[in-house]
Amino acid sequence: MSETMVTVRDVHKAYTRGKQSIDVLHGLDLSIPGGDFVALMGPSGSGKTTLLNLIGGLDQPTSGEVWVAGQRIDRMSSGELARWRAANVGFVFQFYNLMPVLTAQRNVELPLLLTGLSAAERAQRAAIALKLVGLADRAHHKPKELSGGQEQRVAIARAIVSDPKILVCDEPTGDLDRKTADEILTLLQQLNRDFGKTIVMVTHDPKAAEYARRTVHLDKGALVGEPAAH
Amino acid sequence: MKYFQLVWASLFRKKTRTLLTVLSLAMAFLLFGLLQAVNVLFSAPPTFAGADRLIVQSRVSFTEALPLAMRQQLRTVPGIEAITWRQWFGGIYQEPRNFFPQFATDPATFREVYPEYVMPEEQWRAFETTRTGAIVGRRLAERFGWQVGDKVPIQSTIWPQRDGNKTWTFDIVGIYDGRDEETRQRTGVMWINFDYFDEARQFARGLAGIYDVRVADAGQANAIAQAIDSLFANSPNETKTQSERDFQLGFFKQIGDIGLIVTLILIAVFFTILILTGNTMAQAVRERIPELAVLKTLGFPNGLVTALVLAEALLLCAIGGLAGMGLAQLIATGLARLPDFPPVPLNLAVWTQALVAIVALALAVGLPPALRAGRLRIVDALAGR
Ligand SMILES: Nc1ncnc2c1ncn2[C@@H]1O[C@H](COP(=O)(O)OP(=O)(O)OP(=O)(O)O)[C@@H](O)[C@H]1O
Ligand SMILES: [Mg+2]
Repeated sequence: MSETMVTVRDVHKAYTRGKQSIDVLHGLDLSIPGGDFVALMGPSGSGKTTLLNLIGGLDQPTSGEVWVAGQRIDRMSSGELARWRAANVGFVFQFYNLMPVLTAQRNVELPLLLTGLSAAERAQRAAIALKLVGLADRAHHKPKELSGGQEQRVAIARAIVSDPKILVCDEPTGDLDRKTADEILTLLQQLNRDFGKTIVMVTHDPKAAEYARRTVHLDKGALVGEPAAH
Repeated sequence: MKYFQLVWASLFRKKTRTLLTVLSLAMAFLLFGLLQAVNVLFSAPPTFAGADRLIVQSRVSFTEALPLAMRQQLRTVPGIEAITWRQWFGGIYQEPRNFFPQFATDPATFREVYPEYVMPEEQWRAFETTRTGAIVGRRLAERFGWQVGDKVPIQSTIWPQRDGNKTWTFDIVGIYDGRDEETRQRTGVMWINFDYFDEARQFARGLAGIYDVRVADAGQANAIAQAIDSLFANSPNETKTQSERDFQLGFFKQIGDIGLIVTLILIAVFFTILILTGNTMAQAVRERIPELAVLKTLGFPNGLVTALVLAEALLLCAIGGLAGMGLAQLIATGLARLPDFPPVPLNLAVWTQALVAIVALALAVGLPPALRAGRLRIVDALAGR
């Protein structure tokens, strides 16, 4: 493992709804080295998604610092963040979030539209990514013609196609059966081991957490106990 | 361009809805194309371009007949080659739906002013010499199966004979044709002998109706028209001299303020289409907010997401609009081939207006949802908030 990939320093996050302010994260510190695979667990409403969104640059903290991939992202404008995300992060969601109107191949090509690659290069890279997740033969299927596990594989291909340093996954197996979940987790593990991708994965499932190198527990907006290594 | 597929695929996400919207847009632009063409036709300023014939009518209205005596004065206007006159007969052959125009005219001068109508020499002579003679165009003759020698009773809605009888019987003494395809289309008219008509009618004798004059040089048409009108200015019979084309348009203008009618119809049509298309676009964006949020997650900047939605609106409006205009063009071209129809000019101006309307419509229906899409906060949208 190399230098630090994620540093979260004294981060507070409060949501304001009208006059009410909900304090979700209070003074959270977290450090994740490059090449790590961290499972983030905790009860519902404890702030897992909130923390993941801060690390992935989808949202900004109320206060504190967030450093990811060598850049401080908590002060970036939305345009800078967009560019930063495109270059550094891959996202995997519980419900896959593919474009229903596009084929698997086109879905995977989406992030590459933001690059200067030619159409042929985009197609080639997407094909490689789909092959990596074992779906080369489904390239021209639309999401609704795929199973949940296959959809999630396409989503993972999309997340890695632009070769990001870090993958953030919010309950990636939350909607899948045990066997399919194990396949997806094995794939993530492979991406971590063989390709050195840093992975932060939110999960409710202790079995899923076992695939990670270590697990951190979040409760009521704060990390609890020592990070447990597997 | 690399985003085209994404935009296209998004547009046809709900095929039926999009196709129905495209269809409505096409209908709206079909109407727009045709009506706007009519509008252009009627709002065009009077033109004398290429006019080698002028129509002199009463300044008040073409239904106000000018006296026969005016032809002496008209002859003094330099640049005029030939003068004839005609009076609307307003007759019905058998039943009203058989409508066709009839005019009483002076055979000899008619021929000079309208050299494009051709007929055997002996028939021209018969027209001049037969008091109850009438000539009919080839198309009209074919329509009713008339031949030279037939007697045709026409009931005038305006002119009784001296004995009060409104039914006039004319002898067909000639069937004329056009000397080219364009004039052949206009051979749906009957001409009767003015001298006989003038003697036989019960009232208004000595009134010529309107004058048709042929000018030597079309380039002088405007100047000659002005010369004629100033000749009769401040006389009891003030005139309005126009090109043939403008005179014909004047016929249709009787219907009412065509520009206003057309504008009102188009406002109604576009208001409807605005609501309809606006609803389609708003719905299209609303139902895929999470997808738009995913695009942003992948790093699509806000401006690009706005642009994509706007492009979708533009594509929708362009497909519908161009389909409608294409159809309008086909119909206008078809109408132009029909006789007795003023050519509807679906010209560059109308196409330009249509393109502007397409863009304006796309902005109107696309901008609100596009801006909304651009402003979406990723975390809220992903969470369905
Ligand atoms: N945009 C928001 N506005 C208001 N409250 C929010 C918002 N996002 C999250 N919250 C609140 O913050 C708290 C933490 O939410 P978060 O989604 O991070 O929890 P979680 O740990 O991911 O839960 P789950 O396991 O159910 O996904 C919850 O109480 C939630 O209601
Ligand atoms: Mg969550």
